Amino acid sequence: MIRRAAVAVVAPALAIVLALAISSLFLLLAGVSPAEAYSSMWSYGTQSDSLVSTVNRAIPLYISALAVALGFKMGLFNIGVEGQYRIAAVVSAGLGAKLSLPGPLHVGAILVIAVVVGMMWVLIPAVLRITRGVHEVIATIMMNAISFGITAWLLTGPLQGKTSGTSLILGTDRLPASAHFPNLNRLVELFGVELRRGSNLDGFLIIAVLLGIGYHLLVNKTRFGYELRATGYNPIATRVAGVNSNATILKTLLLSGGVAGLIGMAYLLGSSPYRYDTGFPQQYGFTGIAVALLGRNHPVGIAFGALLFGFMDRSSQILDLHNIPKEIVVIMQGVIVISVVIAYELVRRYRQIQEEKAVSREPVMAGVEAASS
Amino acid sequence: MSAATNAVELRGITKRFPGVIANNNVNLAVTPGEIHAVVGENGAGKSTLMKILYGMQAPDEGEIFVDGTAQRFRSPTDAIAAGIGMVHQHFMLADNFTVAENIILGDEPTRGPVLNLKAARQKIRQLAATYGFNLNPNALVETLGVGDRQRVEILKVLYRGARVLILDEPTAVLVPQEVTELFENLRVLVDEGVTVIFISHKLDEVLSIANTVTVIRAGTTVTSVPAASVNAHQLAELMVGAELPTPERGKSTVTEHQCLALNNIRVVAPDGRQLLKDVSMTVNSGEIVGIAGVEGNGQSELISAILGLEPIVGGDIVLEGESIAALSTRARRHRGIGYIPQDRHREGLLLEAPLWENAMLGHHHKEPFSKGWWINAAGAKERTENIVRTFDVRTPSVDVAAYALSGGNQQKLIVGREMSADPTLLIAAHPTRGIDVGAQAAIWEELRVARSQGLAVLLISADLEELLGLSDKLLVIYSGAIVAELDPAEVTPEILGSYMTGVRNERPAS
Amino acid sequence: MSLAEPSLPSGTTETVTPRRAVAPLRRLQEMPARQRAFVYAIGAILLLSLTRVLSDAHQLTSPGTSGAALRLAVPLGMAALGGVFSERAGVVNIGLEGMMILGTWFGAWGAWQFGPWQGIALGILGGAIGGLIHAIATVSFGVDQIISGVAINILGLGVARYLSVITYTAGTGGGATQSPQITQKISTVNLPFFAGGELLGWKSPNILGWLDRQDWFFVSDVGGLLQGLTSNLSLVTVLAMVLFPASTWLLWKTRFGLRLRSVGENPTAAESLGIAVYRVKYVAVVISGAFAGLGGAYLSLVASNIYREGQTNGRGFIGLAAMIFGNWKPYGAAVGSGLFGFADALQLRNAKAVHALLLLVAMVALVFAIKALLEGRLRQGLFSLLAAIVFGLWYLTSEEVPSQFTSFTPHVVTLLVLAFATQRLRPPAKVGEPYRRGEAH
Repeated sequence: MIRRAAVAVVAPALAIVLALAISSLFLLLAGVSPAEAYSSMWSYGTQSDSLVSTVNRAIPLYISALAVALGFKMGLFNIGVEGQYRIAAVVSAGLGAKLSLPGPLHVGAILVIAVVVGMMWVLIPAVLRITRGVHEVIATIMMNAISFGITAWLLTGPLQGKTSGTSLILGTDRLPASAHFPNLNRLVELFGVELRRGSNLDGFLIIAVLLGIGYHLLVNKTRFGYELRATGYNPIATRVAGVNSNATILKTLLLSGGVAGLIGMAYLLGSSPYRYDTGFPQQYGFTGIAVALLGRNHPVGIAFGALLFGFMDRSSQILDLHNIPKEIVVIMQGVIVISVVIAYELVRRYRQIQEEKAVSREPVMAGVEAASS
Repeated sequence: MSAATNAVELRGITKRFPGVIANNNVNLAVTPGEIHAVVGENGAGKSTLMKILYGMQAPDEGEIFVDGTAQRFRSPTDAIAAGIGMVHQHFMLADNFTVAENIILGDEPTRGPVLNLKAARQKIRQLAATYGFNLNPNALVETLGVGDRQRVEILKVLYRGARVLILDEPTAVLVPQEVTELFENLRVLVDEGVTVIFISHKLDEVLSIANTVTVIRAGTTVTSVPAASVNAHQLAELMVGAELPTPERGKSTVTEHQCLALNNIRVVAPDGRQLLKDVSMTVNSGEIVGIAGVEGNGQSELISAILGLEPIVGGDIVLEGESIAALSTRARRHRGIGYIPQDRHREGLLLEAPLWENAMLGHHHKEPFSKGWWINAAGAKERTENIVRTFDVRTPSVDVAAYALSGGNQQKLIVGREMSADPTLLIAAHPTRGIDVGAQAAIWEELRVARSQGLAVLLISADLEELLGLSDKLLVIYSGAIVAELDPAEVTPEILGSYMTGVRNERPAS
Repeated sequence: MSLAEPSLPSGTTETVTPRRAVAPLRRLQEMPARQRAFVYAIGAILLLSLTRVLSDAHQLTSPGTSGAALRLAVPLGMAALGGVFSERAGVVNIGLEGMMILGTWFGAWGAWQFGPWQGIALGILGGAIGGLIHAIATVSFGVDQIISGVAINILGLGVARYLSVITYTAGTGGGATQSPQITQKISTVNLPFFAGGELLGWKSPNILGWLDRQDWFFVSDVGGLLQGLTSNLSLVTVLAMVLFPASTWLLWKTRFGLRLRSVGENPTAAESLGIAVYRVKYVAVVISGAFAGLGGAYLSLVASNIYREGQTNGRGFIGLAAMIFGNWKPYGAAVGSGLFGFADALQLRNAKAVHALLLLVAMVALVFAIKALLEGRLRQGLFSLLAAIVFGLWYLTSEEVPSQFTSFTPHVVTLLVLAFATQRLRPPAKVGEPYRRGEAH
């Protein structure tokens, strides 16, 4: 058990070391001292309001990674998370601004809309996959492009909102206070941590944690989760065992799309300007894939991965002040992804070799069919 | 006969794999220009022998002579250089390529970097004419039938100058007319001086084409005789072994209640080949029906049909009086069909998952593994521990991943899983493959006890001791059809072998 | 698993019963591929002509549009060719987008530092390096090909951004998200005799341009379209166009190409015949990256004169779609890229042309409907008919189409192609499957 945990950590640890090494090369290329860069990142990143910012940044990444991981567990690639969260965000922001409900209900309604839109957006690739055997990678990538176009159209058309005050760029109407998600500053202060003005811990953290728990329960403790994982392990044996692969594929993709819909909600409901506009954060979808890979589809691993990426994003802000290109962080993230994937593959092969050795030790009667004949 | 006169000679070939001796001091002498058949059951060691001759494996002991010269093959390239060519049972062709492209691949005639397709086509046409093959070099292999594809494979080796041709179970995928065509081709080849080595288990075919027959059983050469001097029955006896294990007969527990009935089921391959031809049989409660037959004669298709993994194009399947032909696999398993798969890794296990999750596979919708929507991990582990104890699965705990277990223990787990789920009908395909003798006996006892309690079992096996010892009724499957129904207590090796190899047919196909 | 095939085993094997087609359709089916393509091309231009006349949208067949279509199609076509090489060798390459990004960046930087042709060369090199990384991950380490591709996209974006920041510092004219303007351009040519090109110093007549101005049904449309394709061509465009027949020749007429295709079709057989499967895959994937790099360099050096972040805009993925549309053949990919480029060009021209596109789609759907019904495929015929009616009504009841909608026309077309044409598509048999040496037995 401990051995398994150790092995699970080795690969990402190696990946991070490799990323630091390669990034150091890039920094040297720019005439920058890697030591200086990393140390200033660390000291900035560990300040209290930086940590809060790290957590805030980690929340959408975490949710995104959960959505992707649901698919990965079954061998499905939902690359469409990017498009799903954006269109869910614009629709829920636009429609949500037109509703007037008391606080919790308003928030709840917006969340429900987001989930439903996310599901609808993955429905077409899912159906194409089941009925025509179209690979979901291409289908979801195509749906991404379609979502960008439709989002742009919605912003200039039916869901266009007023621009004024803090919202000068094109976007949906600003959400009223009843739709704002409260922050957790009071909880943080209970622990004796002092927060600087303007630094708020996103309340959506609770939803993220709940989603993580839900993911764990669903995937590891329910019958459906069992069928999902079994299909990912061995689709043939699972079919023989009577699992209906089409139904499982559909349900998994819908769940993945639904969760994806929530990715943008932390930002939408938690921070100014409380609307979907052209400055709405992008790339959560693709980064989420990276985090899921890093965390090996495990809810705790993903949490660490999300925090790591969030930390890197936040701590790199300081680099600007030192005239160090902060984009080095993107390279680090890219290298981490590639190396962690290679590392996991090596670990898997190592395990397989062990297994084959174990099998060859089995006693077999002469004359009974040999391993290869 | 001295070595110098033989096209190919293998002396004292021995090859060991972990835990088994595949070839034990095997000798083979092939005269130039003859058709030499090598026969034996699955697992007898003939495939390993041919792989050694073709350079895919190196022998642990022994020597190889080609045209009298000693050879050592490090890879198939060496064997090809020595003039040996192998046509595998499973063709190695690129479907989307033309005949010519497939033949020249790896040995292309070129003008600089450019393919000289004209020269290739010319040479192929020449070869085809010489050997009487009717092939269009420009045809896409995808469009060719099985017989033509085989001819492409043969041309592939002839193109590279092979003088000795090894054919591995060439008629396994052919229909009768194609077999006749193939034999015609072989006769022409031999007339042109090519030597043919022919691996098969179909004795009637072998005797109609071969000059010499070598029988291999349990890794050793039994005998090597001119085909004219022996008949099929004698060969069958030699293949199967002079003594058959005597079944232990207890009191019959067969009831009158029909559990499973197959009525004239037909299964067809995408290319139109008939995989199951009007198969009918019944299995009663309290009865073990054994299916004997060389692997590849329709057993997999039979299992797939009963489980609902592949559709049937005709006939009906009736379980406990209810027609299940239209039901999903899940529904059928829910109605109590258990399955011990023939390929445990591929069909029976989730290798990366812990044992207790494997014990749930196929039964996860029932107690004690789940309650409603939730998995009952504690219940699952408890049941798994029961299985481990009862079936003597060697493992430190039930949390260990399945890949860590030895094959034998994996098999025991699967058997235990299926049997403790209290099935109505159990399909057992090679249930004791890879299991040590003690465990094997224990599993047989479990099967007998379950049978006496009313379990119906369809037993498919290559282990004759198992078949004869457990079956109440013995069916023989050959080429997709049930060719005989025998009494295990009275069957002789000669009879059994004859049916298994197509020599005899109690129920000739229409 | 290929991107156009089901990944999980299906429960039933579908039997395809051949349908009895009506006589003229049968003649069409039996024609050799080249002739059939020609017939389809003529048919397509006829429909375009008809649409132009009915909707009065001259832009549909103007040389301006077809010229723009060609310029937009080249990067797509290069990505598609990259996809063809990689997938024909059995490796799925989702990372084309990232490799293209590297191409845009290194192309611009090379041109800024040295000169435009050096830029092109460096762009190709940049993409090839991306390909090399993908090859190492998937071939040597057996990493899942799709995951590796996604990782390369992330990496490409990051590297481009970082390098911009450290190279285009203050005063260079560039910044974090774009390069300085590149002043040197690669020269352009016109086809002599037909499109007013120069031949040995003599300026030839512009026959196609004259035809276009006549406004004759069909003939002028052909003239207009062709003129756009033959005038003001950058030399790189000419190079790109040559690469299509060159790739076809390479893949089907040379030993290298035969071995490359065999590795994607049946690597076990190839290995058993002595072919170095790993090496062939490496070469194919690096070539694939090089093509993507060329497409990227084209974007920053020919289609514009600057590197800008986000310039590729998903073209790597559309290229894959064009590859699937073209059934993994260079000429088919060219047609696909041309189609997608045409849709893109219309969007930029004017709203009327975009609106006319609706009518065109309606007519194409109608043709499909008739064809399907004549062949007896009832469900597809009715569906196409429904589509024809929907688009027809949309055209008649609207003034214009929101421009954002045309931005995803290629993607919708891809989905439709994938959904309905999977039976006709023939991807390489073993694409997507990692190959382990010695799997022969």
